[in-house]
Amino acid sequence: MTQIIILGVGNILWADEGFGVRAVEALHARYELPGNVRLIDGGTQGLTLLPIIEDADVLVILDAVDYGLEPGSLHLVDDDAVPYCLTAKKMSLHQTSMLDVLGLARLNGRLPERMRLVGVQPLNLENYGASMTPPVKAQIDEAVAETIKFLAECGVEARLRQPDEHPDPLGPLSVSLEAYEAGCFA
Amino acid sequence: MNFVTPNGFNLDDSGRRMVVDPVTRIEGHMRCEVNLDSNNVIRNAVSSGTMWRGLEIILKGRDPRDAWAFCERICGVCTGTHALASVRTVENALGIKIPNNANIIRNLMQATLYAHDHLVHFYHLHALDWVDVVSALKADPKATSALAQSISPWPNSSPGYFTDVQAKLQRFVASGQLGPFMNGYWGNPAYLLPPEANLMAVAHYLEALDFQREIVKIHTVFGGKNPHPNWLVGGMACAINLDAPMAAGAPVNMVQLNLVSDIIDRTIKFIDEVYIPDLTAIASFYKGWDFGGGLAGKNILSYGEFPSKANDYSNNSLLMPRGAIINGNLNEIHDVDLTDPDQVQEFVDHSWYSYPDEAKGLHPWLGITEPNFVLGEKTIGTKTNIKQLDESAKYSFIKAARWRGMAMEVGPLSRFTLGYAKGMAEFKDPVDKLLTDLKLPVAALFTTLGRTAARGLEASWAAHQMRSFFNQLMANLAAGDTATANTDMWEPSTWPADAKGVGFAEAPRGALGHWIHIKDTKIELYQAVVPTTWNGSPRDPAGAVGAFEAALLNTPLADANQPLEILRTLHSFDPCLACSTHVIAPDGGELISVKVR
Repeated sequence: MTQIIILGVGNILWADEGFGVRAVEALHARYELPGNVRLIDGGTQGLTLLPIIEDADVLVILDAVDYGLEPGSLHLVDDDAVPYCLTAKKMSLHQTSMLDVLGLARLNGRLPERMRLVGVQPLNLENYGASMTPPVKAQIDEAVAETIKFLAECGVEARLRQPDEHPDPLGPLSVSLEAYEAGCFA
Repeated sequence: MNFVTPNGFNLDDSGRRMVVDPVTRIEGHMRCEVNLDSNNVIRNAVSSGTMWRGLEIILKGRDPRDAWAFCERICGVCTGTHALASVRTVENALGIKIPNNANIIRNLMQATLYAHDHLVHFYHLHALDWVDVVSALKADPKATSALAQSISPWPNSSPGYFTDVQAKLQRFVASGQLGPFMNGYWGNPAYLLPPEANLMAVAHYLEALDFQREIVKIHTVFGGKNPHPNWLVGGMACAINLDAPMAAGAPVNMVQLNLVSDIIDRTIKFIDEVYIPDLTAIASFYKGWDFGGGLAGKNILSYGEFPSKANDYSNNSLLMPRGAIINGNLNEIHDVDLTDPDQVQEFVDHSWYSYPDEAKGLHPWLGITEPNFVLGEKTIGTKTNIKQLDESAKYSFIKAARWRGMAMEVGPLSRFTLGYAKGMAEFKDPVDKLLTDLKLPVAALFTTLGRTAARGLEASWAAHQMRSFFNQLMANLAAGDTATANTDMWEPSTWPADAKGVGFAEAPRGALGHWIHIKDTKIELYQAVVPTTWNGSPRDPAGAVGAFEAALLNTPLADANQPLEILRTLHSFDPCLACSTHVIAPDGGELISVKVR
């Protein structure tokens, strides 16, 4: 069975850096996905993500990436262009490790067959302790929709959850977007 | 200007300045500047954290039981160790006792982190400072096989095996996309290994890459989530039931424990048959390169780690000892008390923060984190584009941590030196064996290479401790004790209105302390003093240099355009750096700009 990994990366404590992780959380809250699709909050992890990536046949990375576009612009990149895109203009440090991890998967001959990067142009990555800026946060819905569309192309059917459905959260509720923002000082 | 610091280092900033702009991955960006004399020897070193991380401010007002989940996001490498320090801090403040099993599982998770982090650090970050990957292409696979078989019984050592590895590397290099090997200083004369040793190391780089993915499965078993395990104030979040079925959210069962046991055996074997022999072989070629000591062997500190008895954090209980050594006197070990306002203090007169009186240091319970980003008069550049720092003024977002007013080095070498000084066989014997094998005196320990060697020996120590912790856990379970959490004081209504606590851990890279003040069930104050605060600290009011700055002094560079030796020494502290290097010519023009890791 095709193993599909949806990986959100970034540091939720650094404003727009949190986009990837928040987008995966939103996807999880809204859709139920079949067992061969795993949602991963990759945070700022490095090599611990290698086995996750190497085990994937299809990999979707959600991340804040600087392409020099308007803040909040969504940008989709596929396959061989993904590592290139992460090198193009690095704004955030985890991209270095992400790039290395993809490089190592390649060295091992275990890169996923299909890759898609769903990236957002960040406005602010420096504001430690803040949440996402409005133009970036506004793109969460679009990023979720793009991911679902891509999954459909891969033959995956996502089920929209009922409004009263509360799945087990991906991580501790204390750092969920709502709780994080409620206690945000920045 | 030429002067001697209060901690005995001669600084001369008259030579040309070189700027190395390394960036730590998580704890904040890092940058380093040095002055070179006419022989390209480092005579002045300036280490700066250039990004502010206000964890202290993020946590204010939050529920103390949630603090660990924020703390584990500080760092992408030491995820678990920050969470561990955080739950210990809250337990200390509130007087919460954890069950024996929780203590054992925490020890097992921490030892697992040591084994994993040290292995990954050695092969995937630091080895490239010693191993010339491109030179491995010139190796004779047959001679490589002979070399490998002469130092270890590890089975992957045939000529055919090394031929395959070489071919794989050749294809990778030929593709032009070097990934992790991009922008290395390949061919630099400071690389001293013969091609065969380089090829052997590259083969083990690849094997370690595959093996590290196994080790972290232990964290998944006990922490539930990967890659961010769950922690819990009062114990561990995992229930254990040996007969439970395999299912998401189900208790840890016998099948999973057998998996853990199997991984432990393989971890011990990999470290003892691959990591340690590689380390010894590499060290034998570099033993004449005895730079990078700095504060090592002089002023060192460890908070201690691995309580053998639950809830007993005294030195009697800690398997890895707590203590301080000052002025290189290994015959006297000083007690360390993290609650004593005169011991651990942070100074900010060279840091981008404000205190009411910056001549004085503050104990973390009285800590103030108020950023104040101002540049000294001699700074070259602007706030958004600093070309050269002014170390006579404020120059870092890292505070200057001091113990009884002194700069200290923390990390595996400090821990092993302390164990060695105390005459504890489990630390002294492997050190003596390594020194005997390499025909080196004890003083050789207090170098960059010594730091790297101590990390390897500690990985082996930790791997064997994993076995011991696992056996303790199984004995407890067999005796019917399955408790992993104490929830008696989970409800805030059971807490005192005002409580202070301190929790500590020895992270893989050194002493880590979290201090908390809980008021009316919320976090009133939270201060974390991380290992990099110690090692990467800027100068203090007296002008004493921290561990990074001290370690870089007097090191010659083989090629002044390639700061390989600087990275070698900085990496030996395991600061998880991803570096952007800009080498500045004497006239201030940029000679070369390379990105390194």
